[in-house]
Amino acid sequence: MADVGAPAPPGSGPATRLLDGRPGVDLSAVGRRAARIGGPALAVTYLSLLVLLPLAALLSNALSGGPAAFWRAVTQPEAVAALELTLVASLIVALVNSVAGLAIAWVLVRDQFRGKALVSALIDLPFALPTVVAGLTLLALYGPDSPFGVNLAGTRLGIGCALAFVTLPFCVRSVQPVLAELDRETEEAAASLGAKNTQVVRRIVLPSIAPAVLAGAGLAFARAVGEFGSVVLISGNLPFKTEVASSWIFSLSQSGDLSAASAVSVVLVLISLSVLLAIGWMRRRFDAPETV
Amino acid sequence: MHPRLQSVFVRPFPPRRRVRAGLLLVPALAVGLVVTGTGPAGAQGGSVALVAYSTPKPAYSVLATDFAKTKAGQGVTISPSFGPSGTQATSVTDGLPADVVNFSLATDMAKLVKAGIVSSSWDKGPTKGMVTDSIVSFVVRKGNPKHITTWADLVKSGVQVITPNVFSSGSAKWNLMAAYGAQLSQGKSKAQALAYLTTLLHHAVAQPASASAALQTFLAGQGDVLLDYEDDALYAQHQGEPITIVTPPQTILIENPIAVTKTAGPSAKAFVAYLLSPAGQKVWGQQGYRPVLPSVAATFHFPQPKVLFKIDKFGGWTLVNKQFFDPQTGLVAHIEQSLGTSTASS
Amino acid sequence: MTGRWRWPLRIGALGYLAVLVALPVGTVFYRAFDHGLAAAWDAITTTDALHALWLTVLVACIAVPLDTIFGVGVSLILARHRFPGAWLLDAFVDIPLALSPVVIGLSLILVYGKTGWFGNWLAARGITVIFSVPGIVMASAAVALPYVVREVLPVLQELGTEQEQAARTLGAGPWAVFRRITLPNIRRGLAYGITLTTARVLGEFGAVAIVSGAIAGKTETLTLYISDSIENLDPAGAYTGAVVLALFALAVLTVLTVTDRRRESWHGRAAK
Repeated sequence: MADVGAPAPPGSGPATRLLDGRPGVDLSAVGRRAARIGGPALAVTYLSLLVLLPLAALLSNALSGGPAAFWRAVTQPEAVAALELTLVASLIVALVNSVAGLAIAWVLVRDQFRGKALVSALIDLPFALPTVVAGLTLLALYGPDSPFGVNLAGTRLGIGCALAFVTLPFCVRSVQPVLAELDRETEEAAASLGAKNTQVVRRIVLPSIAPAVLAGAGLAFARAVGEFGSVVLISGNLPFKTEVASSWIFSLSQSGDLSAASAVSVVLVLISLSVLLAIGWMRRRFDAPETV
Repeated sequence: MHPRLQSVFVRPFPPRRRVRAGLLLVPALAVGLVVTGTGPAGAQGGSVALVAYSTPKPAYSVLATDFAKTKAGQGVTISPSFGPSGTQATSVTDGLPADVVNFSLATDMAKLVKAGIVSSSWDKGPTKGMVTDSIVSFVVRKGNPKHITTWADLVKSGVQVITPNVFSSGSAKWNLMAAYGAQLSQGKSKAQALAYLTTLLHHAVAQPASASAALQTFLAGQGDVLLDYEDDALYAQHQGEPITIVTPPQTILIENPIAVTKTAGPSAKAFVAYLLSPAGQKVWGQQGYRPVLPSVAATFHFPQPKVLFKIDKFGGWTLVNKQFFDPQTGLVAHIEQSLGTSTASS
Repeated sequence: MTGRWRWPLRIGALGYLAVLVALPVGTVFYRAFDHGLAAAWDAITTTDALHALWLTVLVACIAVPLDTIFGVGVSLILARHRFPGAWLLDAFVDIPLALSPVVIGLSLILVYGKTGWFGNWLAARGITVIFSVPGIVMASAAVALPYVVREVLPVLQELGTEQEQAARTLGAGPWAVFRRITLPNIRRGLAYGITLTTARVLGEFGAVAIVSGAIAGKTETLTLYISDSIENLDPAGAYTGAVVLALFALAVLTVLTVTDRRRESWHGRAAK
C-alpha cells in the first residue's frame, strides 16, 4: 500500500510503465513515434512563444541594470511590503477558497435541489467579468455606501474579498470533475461494510480528490498573486498598507522604471513558481499510492 | 469487457463530427490573418491616428465631429486611442501608430522626443506646444458638508483625502506639486512644504492607480475630498454626479502638451491646427478645459485662484520627476516609506 | 449520503457563493438594465461597441481553440509519458497565472514590439504583432493558457491507463484510442477547461490593454471598451458590456453542458 519510497516521476502512475518503459513493444507505428516527439515539440514551441520567451525577456530586462540594481529594486521597503502582503493574502485566500470550493463542488455533485443548474452556471462568471467591473461592483456592495453596512474599502479584508471572488472558479472547477468521476461503488461498499460517513469521506473520498483540491489551491494562489484590476479599487491602493505587488509593478512601469518592474515581477514569479512546484510535489505524493 | 471498451468496438461512434469541429479552426485562423493585414496603418489619406491620455475622450468625440465639418477636415476620420498618459507614450515608442499625440504632462512628450518620434521643436509654437490648460481642484460632496476651502482644511483631523498613486498617475503628480507650491506661495519653507505633503498623504485613505480610479473611488462614497483635474471634475458634475467643485486659493496651472509626429501627414497637421484655432478652443472650453488662446479664454468664466503657478516654478518636470517622484529615491518615496513604516505596525 | 451534513453543507456552500459571487454578478445585471432596456441596447449598439464585441468574439474564436489543443496535448504528454523535465513543463504551464496581466503585456512587447527581440525580424517581413489583432490573441491565449491543462490533467491521472492499454492490445490506433476512450472520459473536465478559458479570454483586460493600443474601432476589445465607459462615467455602457460578456460565457457553458449531457445519455444507454 505505502509504496512511496521513490518519488514517482510527474504525471506517470506506475501503470504507464507498461506503455513507456519497454521500448520495442509499441513502436511499430512510425506515426506514433513521430507524434511522440512532434507533440511535445509543438507544445513546447507554443509555450515558448507565449510564455517562456516573454519571461526570458522579462528576466533579461530585470537584470539589465546589473545585479545591484535588481537587488535594490526588490529589497526596497515599498516593494517588500507589497510582496509580503500579496503572498500572505494569496495564501489565505487559496486556503479559504479550497475549503469553500470543495464544499460547493460537493453540493453541486452530490446534492439535489432546485436551481442547481443556475448555481452551477454562476460559478464561472467571475472569470468573464472584466476585472474593472468586478472591482467597481465589489466597491459598490462592500464599500462605504454598502447596502449591507459592510465597509471593506481600504482594508486588507477587502483585498481578500476581491481575491476570493476572482479565484473561486478554480477551487470549484478543479474538484468538481474529479468528484463527479469518482466511483461511488467503493463508497457504497465501504458504507455497507459498516464504515461511518466520516470514515468514508476521510479514507476514500478525500484521498481521491486531494490532488484536485491541491491543484485548485495552486491555481487560486497563482492567480491571486498576479491579480490587479479587481483588487485596486476596493483596496484603496495605500502604499505599505493595502498596495498589492502587481499594483506596485504597475506604478513602476508607469514611472518608466521598467527594469525595476521586471525585477519585482521576476521575484513574484519565482515565489509563486516554487509554491506551485511544492503543490505539484504534494499532489504526486497523493497520486502515487493511489494508482497501485 | 469494460463498458467503455465495448462501446469502442461494438458501437460505431460518430467520428466525423469531431473532425469537422477541428476544421472550424482553419477559417478562424484564416480570419485572424486577414485581419492582421488590415491592422492599424499610419495615417494615409483620410485617417489620423490620435494617441491621447484618458481624460479628454469625451471632448475629442465632439472635436472630431466638428473638425469633420470644417473644410480641412472633410473626409478625414480620427482614429483615437486613449489610455494612461505614461502607457500611451511608451506604446508609441513601442510602435503604436500615431500622427497626433496628446499627453497629460510634458514628461511623456519628452519620451517621444528622445525616441526621435516627435521633433524637439514641438514646444516652439505660439502656445508653447500646449493645447489645453486646467488646474488642480478640490472635489467635495455636494454642498461641501465639511467646509473644505483651503489646503489647510485638507489636513484637519477627520478629513479623508483621495489622491491617486503618484508613481502610477500623472494626475497625482500635478496634485502633489499643487499642494507643495501652495505652501511655498503662502511663505512656507521647503521643509515645511514637504512636511505638509507628509501630513496630506497621511490623510489619504486611498491612492488609486489612476485619476479615473480615484474618481470612481470617491463617487463610491469613500473620502471627503478628492484632488482632481478641474476638467475631469466638471465633466463628472455635468454627468450629474452629486459633487461640488472647490477652487483652492493657490493652485497649479496644468498644461497638456500636443504634437504631431515626424511622419504625420497634412490632415494630422490640419487637425492640430483646428484644435488650436478659436473654434477648436471654444469646444475645449465647453468641455471643461481652460482654453490656451487668451481671446477664447476671456469668453469663459473659469474661477480664478488667488495664486496660480506653473511647474516651471520648481524647475520643470524633468527635475521635479527626479527629485520628487522617482519610485526608489524620490522625496515622495521617502515620505510614503516613513508613513508606511510608522503605521504598518498599527 | 451524509444526511446529517447535507443542510449545513448546502447552506454554507451556497451562502458563500451568494455573498461572494451571486450578489456582485446580480448587481452588474441590475445596473445594466437600471436605466431601462432601451438605454442598455443603445449603449451596446454604437459602432465602437459593436466592433469591440466582434473583435472580442474573433479573439476568443482563435485563442480558445489554440489553448484547448495545447491543453489537451500537454495533459496527455504529462499524464502518459515520462521524460526528464516533465515537472518543469508542468510548472511552467502555470506561469501566466502568477504573472500580473500587465507584466504579461509588457513582456510580450519586450519580445514582439518594435524595439523587442524579434521586432526587426518581424518588421522586415511586414508582420505587425503588437498593437494589432495577433498581439491581442497572443496576450489572451497566454493568460488563459493553464486552464485546460489544469482541468484535464487531474482527470487523466485519476483515470489511469487500463482502458487505453486494453484498447491498444485489441488493435486500436492511437487516434482511435484518444477519440473513443480518452476523449469521452475527459469530456467533463475538458468542458470546464474550455469554459474557463473562454471566460478568461473574454474578460481579460490588463494584458490586452497593453498590447492592443486600444485604438477605438480597430483594436479595442469589449473589456477595453467597458473600462473606457467607466472612465467616462457612462455606467450603462460599462455594465451592459459586462452583461454581454457574462452572457457569452454562460452560452459557452450551456452549449458544452448540453452536448455533454446528450453524449452522457447516449453513452449511458450504450454502456448498460
